Amino acid sequence: MTVSISFQLNGTSAQLDVADSQLLVEALRQHGSTGTHIGCDTSQCGACVIHVDGKSVKSCTMLAVQVDGKSVTTIEGLTQGQAEDMHPMQQAFKQHHGLQCGYCTPGMVMSAIDLVNHNPDPDEKQIREWLEGNICRCTGYHNIVKAVKHGAQMMREV
Amino acid sequence: MYQFAYHHPDNLNQAKELLTAEESKPIAGGMTLIPTLKQRLAAYESLVDLSSIAELQGISETSESIRIGAMTTHSDVHHSDTIKTKIPALSHLAGSIGDVQVRNRGTLGGSIANADPAADYPAAVVGLGATIHTAERDIAADNFFTALFETALKENEIITAVSFPVPEKAGYAKFANPASRYAIVGVMAVKTRSGIRVAVTGAAGSVFRVPEMEQALGDAFTADAVRGIAVSSAEFNSDMHATADYRGHLVSVMAARAVDAANA
Ligand SMILES: Cc1cc2nc3c(=O)[nH]c(=O)nc-3n(C[C@H](O)[C@H](O)[C@H](O)COP(=O)(O)OP(=O)(O)OC[C@H]3O[C@@H](n4cnc5c(N)ncnc54)[C@H](O)[C@@H]3O)c2cc1C
Ligand code: FES
Ligand code: FES
Repeated sequence: MTVSISFQLNGTSAQLDVADSQLLVEALRQHGSTGTHIGCDTSQCGACVIHVDGKSVKSCTMLAVQVDGKSVTTIEGLTQGQAEDMHPMQQAFKQHHGLQCGYCTPGMVMSAIDLVNHNPDPDEKQIREWLEGNICRCTGYHNIVKAVKHGAQMMREV
Repeated sequence: MYQFAYHHPDNLNQAKELLTAEESKPIAGGMTLIPTLKQRLAAYESLVDLSSIAELQGISETSESIRIGAMTTHSDVHHSDTIKTKIPALSHLAGSIGDVQVRNRGTLGGSIANADPAADYPAAVVGLGATIHTAERDIAADNFFTALFETALKENEIITAVSFPVPEKAGYAKFANPASRYAIVGVMAVKTRSGIRVAVTGAAGSVFRVPEMEQALGDAFTADAVRGIAVSSAEFNSDMHATADYRGHLVSVMAARAVDAANA
């Protein structure tokens, strides 16, 4: 069956026709939000992390119909499209080389922002614990942790 | 995934009605069910989403126990001030499940209905001697988990809430799988008004109690009382993560740590 859902996507209202069994991540990507990645089949990698009603979730493990009436933020929702407009957390990842191939990065950034919303000044241990559900195959995490720490500081300052 | 129809009832009667249909299944946080569907390990005609049913929500407190709605997420249990004050070990346990995003969606009801041998909640439910409330009846924790991925629930019987008696003290310690955070072995050690309860998850096909340890802790509620008690690992799980013998060893170590945590 196909149902029509309406929700807030990055601050504007969106209407989508989706199959009952369609995954949220697929619906978002087909709608053009291809910054949200799919990295696994086991709900473990975090490449698909977005915010639903302000909380970070794995969009590969939700159905598209489940966001009907809700508010969704993806990595695209953080900027107006200009590099200068990057969100402080994105700037910090760039500055600290918190990415190499970039595949995990949208999920890392969305997860890190949720952390800072809960805890404006996380220490290294808290950052590593929080990123348990985000796997990176490239960086070895050190620069990601540095980026999140600095990103948190910049978020406190704006 | 195979196709299915999605229903989103807003009350319990409607959900029960929808679940009488053949090949229907409740969906809570979906953190176990959706990966299973993705891997085509299961297929249903319809899923019934329990997230908008008021009876399944909320945390409430009576003088002797805390009642937690089946749809309460692991995050909400972890952060609840009531639970932090009355049963800190339960808040700690919920906060140790998986990762933040799993905790933001996964629920108490989904976890115990699924009865994964490596899940954390079964140790708390049995350790604290909880009561499982369903849409039809109440089930005592000791009778709930029957075997590997098996419970006393009838086909599509809906868990509405779980009541946890407030203990005198309780502690939980787990040796976590470094990738998933599931328990390779997890032990809940509890001192209640009516006696001691020690529940072990992760080691065998289903959660179980350890009478020898309960007896020893009744004499002296100290880590030393259990450290030396060896359990038989003959029926324990053996897999790429740990052999049965190693799990046996971990039961004593985790039990001692759980008692230390309870006494802290
Ligand atoms: C990466 C990852 C790591 C994880 N790590 C851990 C861990 O460390 N420890 C741990 O304990 N768990 C872990 N989990 C599992 C997690 O806790 C799940 O949330 C839980 O097993 C299932 O809860 P759910 O709400 O998502 O249920 P769902 O997936 O929605 O449902 C699971 C089953 O329960 C049934 N069900 C759901 N609610 C009810 C109800 N109210 N009444 C009757 N039946 C119901 C469903 O029909 C289904 O069969 C992990 C999961 C993932 C993906
Ligand atoms: S794609 Fe890996 S967790 Fe969602
Ligand atoms: S930068 Fe390549 S996976 Fe993280």
